[in-house]
This record gives sequence, C-alpha cells and structure tokens, in this order.
Amino acid sequence: MNNKGVDKSKRQFLTSALTVVGAVGSGYLAVPFLAQMQPSVKAMAAGAPVEVDISKMETGQLIRVAWRGKPVWVLNRTPEVLETLKTLDAELRDPLSNDSEQPGSSKNQVRSQKPDIFVAVGLCTHLGCSPIFRPEVAPVDLGEKWKGGFFCPCHGSWFDLAGRVYRGVPAPTNLEIPPYRYASETRIIIGEAAEEKNA
Amino acid sequence: MKPTRLSECGNWVLDRFPITKFWNDHMAHYYAPKNFNIWYFFGSLALLVLVNQIITGILLTMNYKPDAKLAFDSVEYIMRDVPWGWLVRYMHSTGASAFFIVIYLHMFRALIYGSFKHPRELIWIFGMLLFVALMAEAFMGYLLPWGQMSFWGAQVIISLFSAIPVIGDDLSLWIRGDYVIADATLNRFFAFHVIAVPLVLVMLVFMHLVALHEVGSNNPDGIEIKASKDPWGHPVDGIPFHPYYTVKDLVGVGVFLVFFATVIFYMPEVGGYFLEHANFIPADPMKTPEHIAPVWYFTPFYSILRAIPDKFAGVIGMGGSIVVLFLMPWLDRCKVKSIRYRGGIFKKALFLFVVSFLALGYLGTQPVTPIATTMARLFTAIYFGFFLLMPIYTRWEKTKPVPRRLTKLQTLEEQLHAIEEQLPAFIEEITEIKTTTTEIGDAAFRATFFNRRPNPKGIAHVLSRLAVRLKGSLD
Repeated sequence: MNNKGVDKSKRQFLTSALTVVGAVGSGYLAVPFLAQMQPSVKAMAAGAPVEVDISKMETGQLIRVAWRGKPVWVLNRTPEVLETLKTLDAELRDPLSNDSEQPGSSKNQVRSQKPDIFVAVGLCTHLGCSPIFRPEVAPVDLGEKWKGGFFCPCHGSWFDLAGRVYRGVPAPTNLEIPPYRYASETRIIIGEAAEEKNA
Repeated sequence: MKPTRLSECGNWVLDRFPITKFWNDHMAHYYAPKNFNIWYFFGSLALLVLVNQIITGILLTMNYKPDAKLAFDSVEYIMRDVPWGWLVRYMHSTGASAFFIVIYLHMFRALIYGSFKHPRELIWIFGMLLFVALMAEAFMGYLLPWGQMSFWGAQVIISLFSAIPVIGDDLSLWIRGDYVIADATLNRFFAFHVIAVPLVLVMLVFMHLVALHEVGSNNPDGIEIKASKDPWGHPVDGIPFHPYYTVKDLVGVGVFLVFFATVIFYMPEVGGYFLEHANFIPADPMKTPEHIAPVWYFTPFYSILRAIPDKFAGVIGMGGSIVVLFLMPWLDRCKVKSIRYRGGIFKKALFLFVVSFLALGYLGTQPVTPIATTMARLFTAIYFGFFLLMPIYTRWEKTKPVPRRLTKLQTLEEQLHAIEEQLPAFIEEITEIKTTTTEIGDAAFRATFFNRRPNPKGIAHVLSRLAVRLKGSLD
C-alpha cells in the first residue's frame, strides 16, 4: 500500500472532532441519567403541611408527628424547664441560634413562638438519628450535669429542651425548627410559615 | 486414529472457540509456586462465596419486594412460608459476613508476604477496588430487609455525605432520592445491590485475575519463581495450577463449608453480629433504636468516624483509613517482600496494626463512653501511624538475606521428631531430683523417695532462652 500521499493532519483533525462531539453527546446524556435520581415530583409534593391539635396536651408532654417523613416533636414545656433554659448559655455552643436553622419567629432563647410550646424536627444535626426525650434532671446514666433535654443515642450528642446543642459533642448546630404557625390557640400547622412580625 | 464423529464435532467448536487454550493458559499450564500455605486458600474461597451470594441472591429476589410497605413482610414471608426460604436467606446473610472474613484474611496475606509490591501493584489496586465495591454492596443490601437497623444505619451513612462542604446536602439528597430515607431510597438500593454493583464486582474479579495471571502469584518466600526456569521454560519452583492447586483448594472449600454450615444451621445470627437484633423490628422513621451499630465488618472504620470529634474531619478520617490502603505499594519502601526475611520493626508495626484494627472493630460495636472514645482515638492514631510512618521505618529495616530459590519448610512430622529428641534433655533441665524421707506409719518404718520437682532456676533459663529466640525471630 502506498501511504505517501496520506494527509495525516486531516485524519488527526477528524478523529479529534469526533472525540469532542462524542464527549459532548455523552455529557448531555449523563444529565437525564443522573437527574432521574433526584427526588421525584411526587416526593417534592409530599411535603404538605400537617395540622396538630394541642388542646389535650398536658404540661411536660411530648408528641411526635410525621412531616415530610421526618419526626417532628411538639413539647409542652413546664415553667421550671423555661427557668432552667435561661441558665444554660455558658454550656451551649450556639445559645442564641445564630448558626442554626429556624424561622425568624423562633430565633430566640427558647426557640419557639410561644415560650411553652416547643416545635422541632426530631433529627440530630450530626448524622440524623432521632434523639431520645429525657426530661428528668441528673439521671444515673447521663450524670449530674444533665438538666433535662434530648440525648442522641448514636454518637452521644446533648441538646437542651430548646433543642440547643451543648459544647463538646459531635453535633455541630442546634436542632432544626420547621416553619409552623398557629391556626388558632390550640391548633398548629407544621409546614406553613408564621407571619413575620418584624419583617 | 480415524477421527470420529464426536471428535470432529469437538474440533469444529475448538476452531471457533479456543476453550482448550483458555483452560491451559489459566489452569493446566499455569504455573504457581509450589510452596503455597494455608493463607493461600482465601482467594479461591472468596470466589466461592461470590458464587454463593449470586445464586442465593437471585433466589431471594424471586420473593422479595423492594417496596417500603412490603419489604419487611416479604423477608418474613421468605423466612416462614417460602419452601427452604430460610435456608436461602441464611446462606445469603451468612455469606455476606463470610465474604468479609475471607477478604480480610486474603488482604492480611498480601500484607505479610508483600503481595502488593512490585510487580503486583495493580493486582492490589484492583483488589482494593473490589473491597470498596464489596462494602457498597453489603451496605446497600443491609437496607433491603427494612428493619430498624437497616433504616437508621442507612440514615447515618448517607448523612456522612452531607458533611462534605458545599455540595454535601444536594449530594445526600440525590443519593436518597427523597428528603428522608424512603421508598425511593429502598428501590434504588435494590437496583444497585442486584444489578449495578454485582456487575462491577464480577468485572473487577476478572481484572484482578487477568493481572494476577500476567505477573504470576507471589508466595510465602516472596521470591519470583519466574527468575529460575527449567530448559522447557517452566519455573523450576512452579507446579501447574490444575490439578495441584485445584485439589488443594477443594480441601480448603471442605473445611470452609463445615464452618459455613455450622453458622447457617446452628447460629445464623451469631449473637447479633451477623444479623442484628434491632433489625427484627420494622423500620420506624419516628424512633431511633437505643443503641445503633453497623454490622461487624464496618465497625473498625465506624470507630474511626466516632473517635474524631469533628463531623467533617470524622468523615475524612473514615475515608482516609481506606484510601491509605490503596497507597500500600508506595508507602512500603522495603525491597524484601516476605515477612520471613523482613526486619523486626515491620513485624512489630504490623502486630500493632492488627491489634488496633481488631480493637477498633470491637469498640465500634460498643456504645460511646468517655473511656471507649479515648481508646478509639489511641488506636486510630496507631492505625494511621502504621501507614503514614511506613516510608520512614521501612527504610531502617534490617532485613535477612533472601534465598534465590524457594525454601523447604520442615514438615509437622519432622518438627515432632525434633521435639521428641529434645524432650528428655528439656525435662532434665526444668526439673530436679530431690530425695525426701517420709515416715510411714510409726517411726520405725522410713522410706526414701526420689521426687521430680520443678526447678525454678532451670525454668528461668528456658524462659530466657525462649525470649531471646522470640526476639531474634522478630529482628
């Protein structure tokens, strides 16, 4: 065979061009392949608000409701608990919730719209386990320093009864507070934001 | 001989599909070192377990339902109502743990005999990729029964990805396919567990073996058998894989199956280590079990995650503990492969590494306490120390001369003979004869006895000799 008159640079160009076009094509095809693993429209729509009736709650009682598949706690805090919450600032990582997730209406020391009713997403901000409600003061297993709060069994994170994280535990931020509003004195709608007073 | 119809038929096939050539290249004329010992069983056993997992896995998918509402019940249905379903499921669940036991021993073999070193770096890399794929396979499979531990284990592990800065939250959302672990997650994990990852595993096994058969197996002496060949071009210290090692591996398979069957029939849960107790409760997204721990084969890495007090650094530490294994061929600067001829400092470092790996594994199954956390931090430091200081300490190693040909080890019989010969002298040394005079009955009757008693001096001599020899064998 005679290779003398072959224009190699032309072949090189055609090969490169085909490679580039092929790569771009694969890139485009990768988008739908990867994107179809995103949450479906149905999953995104499932975040409908949940209504909770708190008229029958006793003081100190905690109820769990499911919102977007996550556990949400509604806790009716006693006056003693509210007193204790004021004394803990020095032991907490973020006592004023500057680096934590919550709607503006709950960004205060007790992290709620009404001081006694506390609403929070019951998932640890570390790796997503659901902490255990331990309202008692200084139980044997948790020690003298325990003032009542939420204890994560997975990696030992401590939260107080306002969902604020203690120092020196793995969880980086306070528990997340979902958007919620009072439909009436005794009914809470979780998943709908309250009207911001200072907005 | 006149060709028969049958042989003509055979030739027709062989002209088009060279099965005999393949068999000869990889079995009948593939030469392996003649001195393989017990550590060389685990490669073929891993292959056996892989086949077990594939066959039992296919059978399980015939009755399993990858649906958050049906999954837990379908597993119970397999256990109770499907004929022999319990056997198939226990073979699959025990097989998962057996896979990791076999693989960990297989990897340890590579560490002690230097099988990861030049020219076998790629075999090691493919093997490590296999290990990572196997961990992914096991993790996704563990979600499928949809028990409490499945759910919360997956919740914790997927949350690990959210610790990555910037893209973390979107990445974990993409992996889950929902805002929490849900039906979408279960369904896609089923797809990965049943199709995607097994295909990757089989492909990697193929690459692992192609690379192995290209350079040839290492051996307990760490010598290249291809360096000395006979006039026909076969390694003098090699023997054909078939029939010699196929028969030897069959013995290994037999012993392995005894253990495997014992677990399946008498202790399928192994006290909550192979199948965790909390996983017999259906998944409840509202409530985490009191104590969650991964299955035993993940616990060393889980311990490292827990030991580091920062979320992101913990994830990096856990990932790093696996990444350093990939770098072994380049971290170890010692030219000598086998531990038989390596220096004492490597033996001591390897011993510390094994201890810390086992300790981390144990701590990972236990709840967090301050003491356990301190211990886990210490062992994490040793774990990383073993790898990261390796380029330094392997340079100082005082190695022994490596023989040119494979050495012959004493057989058990010869060892027994040697011990038998030395036994009288040994007894003479650690005991002494004492005469005692005892009165029997009244004073008139006296008897003298010769008693052998332990001689403290002799025992001390023997012990010190033993200690010196032990140290000598290490250095």
